[in-house]
Amino acid sequence: MVDQMLDFRKGYGEKYGFSTKTKSAYETEKGLTEKTVKEISDLKNEPQWLRDFRLKALTHYMKRKMPMWGIADLNQINFDDVTYYVKPTDQAQATSWEDLPPEIRKTFDQLGIPEAERKFLGGVGVQFESENLYHSLQENLQKQGVIFVDPDTGLNPTDERIKQLKLNKDAMQLAHSKFKEWFGKVVPFMDNKFAALNSAVFSGGSFIYVPKGVEVTMPLQAYFRINKENVGQFERTLIIADEGSKVSYVEGCTAPMYSDDKHSLHSAVVEIVALPGSTVRYTTIQNWSNNVYNLVTKRAFAYENCTVEWIDANIGSRVTMKYPSIYIFGQNSKADILSVAFAGRGQVQDTGGKVLHFAPNCTSKIISKSVSKDGGRASYRGLLKIAKGAANAKSTVRCDALLMDEHSKTDTYPYNEIEDDTATVTHEAAVGKIGQDLIFYLMSRGITEQQALGMIVNGFFEVFTKELPMEYAVEFNRLIQLEMAGSVG
Amino acid sequence: MKTLEIRNLHVAVEGKEILKGIDLTIRQGEVHAVMGPNGSGKSTLSYTIMGHPKYQITEGEIIFDGKSITGMSPDQRARLGLFLAFQYPHEVPGVSLFNFLRNAYVSLKSPEGLPNQNTPENRAKELQSIKEFRQFVQEKMKLLNIPEDMMKRYLNEGFSGGEKKRCEILQLAVLQPAIAILDETDSGLDIDALKTVSEGVNALSGSEMGILLITHYNRILKYIRPDFVHVLMNGKIVKSGTQALALELEEKGYDFIRNEIAA
Repeated sequence: MVDQMLDFRKGYGEKYGFSTKTKSAYETEKGLTEKTVKEISDLKNEPQWLRDFRLKALTHYMKRKMPMWGIADLNQINFDDVTYYVKPTDQAQATSWEDLPPEIRKTFDQLGIPEAERKFLGGVGVQFESENLYHSLQENLQKQGVIFVDPDTGLNPTDERIKQLKLNKDAMQLAHSKFKEWFGKVVPFMDNKFAALNSAVFSGGSFIYVPKGVEVTMPLQAYFRINKENVGQFERTLIIADEGSKVSYVEGCTAPMYSDDKHSLHSAVVEIVALPGSTVRYTTIQNWSNNVYNLVTKRAFAYENCTVEWIDANIGSRVTMKYPSIYIFGQNSKADILSVAFAGRGQVQDTGGKVLHFAPNCTSKIISKSVSKDGGRASYRGLLKIAKGAANAKSTVRCDALLMDEHSKTDTYPYNEIEDDTATVTHEAAVGKIGQDLIFYLMSRGITEQQALGMIVNGFFEVFTKELPMEYAVEFNRLIQLEMAGSVG
Repeated sequence: MKTLEIRNLHVAVEGKEILKGIDLTIRQGEVHAVMGPNGSGKSTLSYTIMGHPKYQITEGEIIFDGKSITGMSPDQRARLGLFLAFQYPHEVPGVSLFNFLRNAYVSLKSPEGLPNQNTPENRAKELQSIKEFRQFVQEKMKLLNIPEDMMKRYLNEGFSGGEKKRCEILQLAVLQPAIAILDETDSGLDIDALKTVSEGVNALSGSEMGILLITHYNRILKYIRPDFVHVLMNGKIVKSGTQALALELEEKGYDFIRNEIAA
């Protein structure tokens, strides 16, 4: 049993959990003070308004109490032992893989990013510690005025940057004006303690602007890598889909395995603005190592005739607290959230989703699927609000949990605020266990017990994997098979 | 030629003895029918042969191909060439029939598993073998009169009783075991379905496959003709014979045997 547990860790370790020996170009001192924030702002050569924004957010963060309503104890995090900003290299952001420092390039090769880029992605951004190191975007998308850069570029598109990243200057100027219009509007810094933390020290992330009527048919992908122990990664993502446009964005993340007493902190803010008639799909495959606390705020504003989808998978991290939300402000829109979670040994997946209807004739769906194993805890926490006047809302909430053994736990915390009488709302929840007879059935066909468990769990998650690009679906199934190792006592 | 030998088999479930000394030998190419009334221990016999952990062998042993398999897990038994068609097949949501068949097939034929898909050569090989395997399954489906779209459906989920039984026989056809146990395959089938399933089984059997047909009724024996018929009552085989015994049972009911034993 113990050997098999170690085997699983080895499985993660070989593929994702390796660390890269690097010498950082710059690091702030451990811990967070006003000086840290000023240092980051100075390094990035930011305008005064942004520096003020960061400092206000810091004050709010310091004041704000630790949220205690989750199932994990966040006081376990030693915030003073975290390095809040790590710049991995002095080299400028690359537009070709060859230009990355060799050891960092090797890391992303090993993670298969360049290969995925060649096969099926419209553009790629990669972040290592606190900075984006590489960005690409297909030429035809550039020609149509699509912008996919890091937030520093979105905030401050200097001529030098535009030249360095080979951007279209007019397109970038338009995107920049949109950036300033929406930055921090979807998730204000005072939203919650960790949104405030992110707003104070954010670095890296993605900024995407899709102009009116442009359809991005191949997904854009960002990959986030934490490499050092006890660091914080605070990327910030803003996606603006202008009227009638279409975009699909995928993010992945991993980190090396360190001993149990080390931990890293990942606290992102993601803002999506879906302007009238647009379609946005945001897919996350969160596969942090078990050293990472993952406390993320994700929110979308949807205007009329939009489709917004969060497809959110959490299989890694020590603790995740994340509830992607969609605020519907325009009529005839559709909001879908699909949240899947895997909680293994020592893991807490406190996840879910929120949909708030503020406009009539909209539909929404929240589907949550979780598996708990080896003492892991998964919970669904969600909100469905249908405001008075948001007539004819149709909404479905469905939570399925699978418990793999008696040590593991699952909870649901669904909140409904239905203020309009014309709403049609259904809510279903089910907790299942895998019966001995089912395992026997599969084993009688020559399938081992471990494979059988993997097959059942992959089947349980199929509603999610069928939404992924095929390459990711194969990879996800493989990850679940890995997680099943050690379940045979 | 592989042989399944059951010697003096005693089996208990949760402390209660269900089988009380069964002796039975089945060779590849033979068709044996085990008939018995409800509660006689028919399903216990099939589950025990396949290795369900709930069924405890308290005495005796099961030998396959000269080796005792008593301590083996169900998947090990399957890899040796045993197969059980279930009376009540389980639903496996999210796993397509095709995917399931391929995983099972690969587990049986190449225990080292699917090749690593990360290299382009392996990926190409893999796609080729998926294509070939699909054709192979399509042929078997035709034989059993199963519409092709069943391949894409999730295993047994939302299947009718008849579809589930056909699907079990499809698995039998694809996995090609040496000895197959058919546990009440006839129950829940209408007469047309029974005919198709039986014809399928007949086409598969022959010298390559031995069959242990477990049934309550004589009905299926009109289509699948057994070489031997055994009557199971109260955990023991009380009478063995040829198909004539099955006909006699149909005519006189199980009571005639009860009376015979009592006499």
